Amino acid sequence: MRNEAKLGGEAIVPYNEVDFLLLAPEDNVLISRRAIDVGQQYLVDGKTMMASVRIDVGFKVARHPIQMGEKVIKYGAPIGSATQDLSSGELVHLHNMKSDYLPTYTHEQKTFTNRGEDS
Amino acid sequence: MKAWLRKDGRKGIRNVVAVVYLVECAHHVAREITIPFREQGVHLIGFPGCYPNQYAYDMMRNLCTHPNVGAVLLVSLGCEGFDKKGLREYIEASGRPTKTLVIQAAGGTKSTIEFGQDWVQAASSQLASQPTVSMGVDELVVGTICGGSDGASGITANPAVGKAFDQLIAEGATCMFEETGELIGCEGHMAQRAATPELATEIVNAIEKAANYYTVLGHGSFAPGNAVGGLTTQEEKSMGAYAKSGASPIVGLIKPGERPPTSGLYLLDVVPDGEVRFGFPNISDNAEIVEMIASGCHLILFTTGRGSVVGSAISPVIKVCSNSQTYKKLSRDMDINAGRILSDGASLEEVGAEIYERVIDIGSGEKSVSEALGHQEFILTYKTFEPSGPSCLPSR
Repeated sequence: MRNEAKLGGEAIVPYNEVDFLLLAPEDNVLISRRAIDVGQQYLVDGKTMMASVRIDVGFKVARHPIQMGEKVIKYGAPIGSATQDLSSGELVHLHNMKSDYLPTYTHEQKTFTNRGEDS
Repeated sequence: MKAWLRKDGRKGIRNVVAVVYLVECAHHVAREITIPFREQGVHLIGFPGCYPNQYAYDMMRNLCTHPNVGAVLLVSLGCEGFDKKGLREYIEASGRPTKTLVIQAAGGTKSTIEFGQDWVQAASSQLASQPTVSMGVDELVVGTICGGSDGASGITANPAVGKAFDQLIAEGATCMFEETGELIGCEGHMAQRAATPELATEIVNAIEKAANYYTVLGHGSFAPGNAVGGLTTQEEKSMGAYAKSGASPIVGLIKPGERPPTSGLYLLDVVPDGEVRFGFPNISDNAEIVEMIASGCHLILFTTGRGSVVGSAISPVIKVCSNSQTYKKLSRDMDINAGRILSDGASLEEVGAEIYERVIDIGSGEKSVSEALGHQEFILTYKTFEPSGPSCLPSR
């Protein structure tokens, strides 16, 4: 099954609806509907790619290229900013985006990823 | 639904005996009193601090006279700061059987436990013969919380609860959602849903207060497990959490212990007022649950992705699981699997209707899963609040 959504009259942006969910038309991330293991193939932005990291249920991938500093949009609302350039299909998480409000605390990070204070 | 009618006109869906320690030093004795009655609706609650605190005192007054509570045994060490006389008089005035046991006056641990168990036995028999009345959906107060959220929570369980909220509110119920710190980033949208422009301003101010509070504390209301579950930022978690509120207009903004004066959807502001003093506003999920119960909630809809197992003292907790993997692992702790929305193509409306039905069943006396497992978590610590201003509340 494929979904073909027009994005502001631009190019047609297909992705696999069995694997991903688009929550709002303006979103630049897709949400994984099922776990995609390392080495498995998936389709985003018209391109078939191979997972280099596991993409679990509920995780985000870039729907199309996102530039460093650009807002990450989910539910039609900004949920933070990209801290590096992201290519289509790339997993979007702690390593490449940050909050625009408050730092995120995890077990792994000894230092907080804060507004403008990235290590 | 069947219920017990209280002197203040409210109705309870349970008829619990609350055994209350008024300081941590009385906790063990109070717990021992409850142990033989674990299966019989005798719940343990309390406040650990020795120093007085208006918030804890007000919370305790509200909890001890909650419609789900039928009788109250207060257990005091004797020298603590809590105003036990004021609390007892308040409970007496509500028409509930109550008694205070002071450990230092009653001969210590063993004799206090014996006196306490005798009293609870007698109170339980008395409550068992109380008549029940019928109760409509329009008399129900329902709260919602998410705990152990993951990337699926905001897509499945939370919006499904939002659908159930919409239906409950359409039928005249009162619903509340909470944790302004977990709504950071949603203030603009919430302001648009506010019933009045004044309320919209109050909501935006409340979120700003929360953002400032958490900034001083160093990080948001975001646990490491949220990130393992695919959530990256506070505002992403917020957007998912916000979906629990459904689509009804927001008619008021209340603080813990304040009761909604009308039906409709309320936002509960749990972030303390004034300078940052007593630490995190929501040290764990049960702190928020206790605050919603103190504001009158008969039952709580709890969504979880990572898999919380908690229940609560006083009001039953209904568990809605956000994904089928967690559901498979913890199915005996869950009431509803909203993960079917992702795994089986179930609709939000379908799962929302299932949640609504579950609310009615639990309101009719059926035990929720966590309730049947004996979960009665309870936590209450120090906070400070100023009363809500008139622009926060609808006129009756």
